Amino acid sequence: MKSLLTVLAALLLSACASPVLRGTGDLGIVIERATGSVAVVDSSAKSILGRVEGLGDLSHASAVYSRDGRYAYVFGRDGGLTKVDILERRIAKRIIQAGNSIGGAVSQDGRLVAAQNYQPGGVKVFDAETLELLADIPAAFEAGNGVRQFSKVVGLADVPGNKFAYALFDAGEIWIADLSQPREPKVTKFRNIGNQPYDGLVTPNGRHYIAGLFGEDGLALVDLWKPEQGAKKILANYGKGTEKLPVFKMPHLRGWAVAGGRAYLPAIGKHEVLVVDTTTWQEVGRIPVKGQPVFVMARPDGRQVWVNFAFPDYGQVQVIDTLEQKVVQTLAPGKAVLHMEFTPRGEHVWISARDDNRVVVYDTASFARLAELPVQNPSGIFFTSRAARIGF
Amino acid sequence: MARFPDRALAALFLCLLAPAAASAADPSPERMRELVRMVRQDCGSCHGLTLKGGLGPPLLPETLREKPAESLRYTVLLGRPGTPMPPWNAFMNEAEADWIVRQLIQGFPEETR
Repeated sequence: MKSLLTVLAALLLSACASPVLRGTGDLGIVIERATGSVAVVDSSAKSILGRVEGLGDLSHASAVYSRDGRYAYVFGRDGGLTKVDILERRIAKRIIQAGNSIGGAVSQDGRLVAAQNYQPGGVKVFDAETLELLADIPAAFEAGNGVRQFSKVVGLADVPGNKFAYALFDAGEIWIADLSQPREPKVTKFRNIGNQPYDGLVTPNGRHYIAGLFGEDGLALVDLWKPEQGAKKILANYGKGTEKLPVFKMPHLRGWAVAGGRAYLPAIGKHEVLVVDTTTWQEVGRIPVKGQPVFVMARPDGRQVWVNFAFPDYGQVQVIDTLEQKVVQTLAPGKAVLHMEFTPRGEHVWISARDDNRVVVYDTASFARLAELPVQNPSGIFFTSRAARIGF
Repeated sequence: MARFPDRALAALFLCLLAPAAASAADPSPERMRELVRMVRQDCGSCHGLTLKGGLGPPLLPETLREKPAESLRYTVLLGRPGTPMPPWNAFMNEAEADWIVRQLIQGFPEETR
């Protein structure tokens, strides 16, 4: 009897001392941009588990995940790179790696984390474990006047082969950096790809890298399986004959709007989503929407594409049915919708409404509003399922 | 890209439209709050919430002080053709743009919550 009690007491003690074990597959973070904190969320319980503070200036912050889904790497506008332990809900490591940064990606093997920087313009690659700097790749180019300059880097994506693809806004170039030897990066440059690339994406299979162009109509495409073919322009004349509207927010391409053999892309300065066949890369349609698209994101199964909009139309979100090729639902989640994130298999979508200080969860089949979570000025929502996706 | 054939002409046109607006009084406190929020949040998506710059250049006193206030006003109202800077004249008048420029040059106020 006595020994049984001892065992029981020991069991109780150990239960108190160590937290309940759990995985991270249904966890994520929401950026609270004004307070420099992230809310750690549980997408199964649709609840906030806690907050991690002290991440600096998080305007336009984004996050990617370690391949075990435990750590979020958060890139802040102030050049901060913070490794957040989402299980223990604390900062594991934080460095200031640049003057101005907006995003990054984790390498295929999970050992590297790359940051794309505006100031100083370039890419820095860190050890994902320790955040030790392994490679610094300045985005140097020769401007028209022959002066060496550094370009802002946009659209960084991880691509197979421990490589990162990205675009140079000021130079009009796409670079692919091979980090198979992390301290000796090999860079392949594609020049004259078009005017002012503003963001980029890699297709879900990791084969095609696409950079959207702001300074002209069209997008630049690189077939990563056949890089020797160079970059080619697609949708070069989508705006032909019509005047562009002023653009109050740059669209974002990241988010895998590739579904059913088609890519869905935001038209710059137009209230339209462009539809492209991913075998021929020819335009096959345009879908009129409420405003200028910012995020155009496919539900993981590809049956729906969700679109949010730039100021001043950012109170609404529209849903495109990819079989019908038209908008089938318009929702009003709140004021200033900044981002959307699907649960890993897409039954729910989480939407941030910055000016209403809430995140709204919808059922993607019935469009029912399932939950509302109070979050101060929420912007990006990032679930750990990104850890397993090419491009992030 | 340019919405007007000639920026100077457009500027002149705006001046004629609102001759008194340039020296008008400050916006109402409520409107000021809206403008502060618009600059911090919406301009902030390119220039940064702290206005230290991003895809767009910094909007800090030390970077703007040397520039003529009038050219800053028209950059806000009419945008800068050839760059991503859009015209904001659909969302504010000339006096409000002037007020924003004055605040930027002095050090822009924080949002009050």
